[in-house]
Amino acid sequence: MEVVEKTHALLSNHEVLSHLRDIQNGTNDQRKPGRNQQNLATVCYSTVKFLEQTPAVSQSVEIIENFMQKIEPFNLTKAEKLQILNLRPTTQVEIQLLVEECEERLSEDDIEKLLQIVQTCLTTNDQESS
Amino acid sequence: MFILVVLKDTIKIQPWNFGKKRTGVILDALNNKLSNKVINDVGMCLTVWDLLKIDDSCILPGDGATHTNVSFRAVVLRPFVDEILVGKIKSCSKESVQVSVGCFDDIFIPPENLQENSKFDSREQVWIWQYEDGGQAHDLFMDVGEQIRFRVISEKFVDLSPSGPQYNEKERVENDSRVPYEIIGSICEPGLGLLSWWNAA
Repeated sequence: MEVVEKTHALLSNHEVLSHLRDIQNGTNDQRKPGRNQQNLATVCYSTVKFLEQTPAVSQSVEIIENFMQKIEPFNLTKAEKLQILNLRPTTQVEIQLLVEECEERLSEDDIEKLLQIVQTCLTTNDQESS
Repeated sequence: MFILVVLKDTIKIQPWNFGKKRTGVILDALNNKLSNKVINDVGMCLTVWDLLKIDDSCILPGDGATHTNVSFRAVVLRPFVDEILVGKIKSCSKESVQVSVGCFDDIFIPPENLQENSKFDSREQVWIWQYEDGGQAHDLFMDVGEQIRFRVISEKFVDLSPSGPQYNEKERVENDSRVPYEIIGSICEPGLGLLSWWNAA
């Protein structure tokens, strides 16, 4: 085994969730775990179960693309955008946690706007989290 | 939280699998090898993402199987330092609070990284944050199973590959209880801790 590239790309929770679901259902050219592939089956089951309780469950490729375009003007780093996407913050204090040196980079108004975008773009027809 | 890693490996395909689709056999072999395993300095592998390149196979003398070099991408759990994650409290002890994120639960929050004024209740086996609000003290419990938001502070990889025979019992027991990959978290900031602490505000 040889590691060619340690971090090739970051994945959002939604991408991982849909890939693991493809494996579980054998769709999109993926293969269902066989009878002697218990490790694969376990890891799929426990991760899917965990991710189904996160905002990732209600996202789709279109929603994410739309959201990414809308938050472009805030000049956030890739990692910050990814965390906002994965965690779907609803309060100011959460944004301040996620964004490094938030006070210098974002004004109070910016944070409000950002929260608005998160709410309109990422909260769609899932009442189970509330 | 999850990343893609490019890896390269040699896969041995036994003759009785020659009739099957080659990519399928390779995928199965790689998943068997990687799923649910920690690779040192890389992270915890979940599964193969896709196959990038399959080289020509070769046959070695005296062996009917083929050996194929494969480049592929794998999904790996590897939160970066400073990332905020939400997990579930798995257990509390005097030494630490253990948190689980589904497939991975070697995440520990030591007492010095808890909110200030936290204390351990040995009778109930939980940590309590004694939060003071205008002279009034509130006891906030960190019960097992609650959702908790934390920051990744550091990570620790231990190479567990066997180094040689272990002669004494003590050494063996010690080695068995080590974990290959461990994440140290912290909730010592406003906004971190149980989700319910911050929702109401």
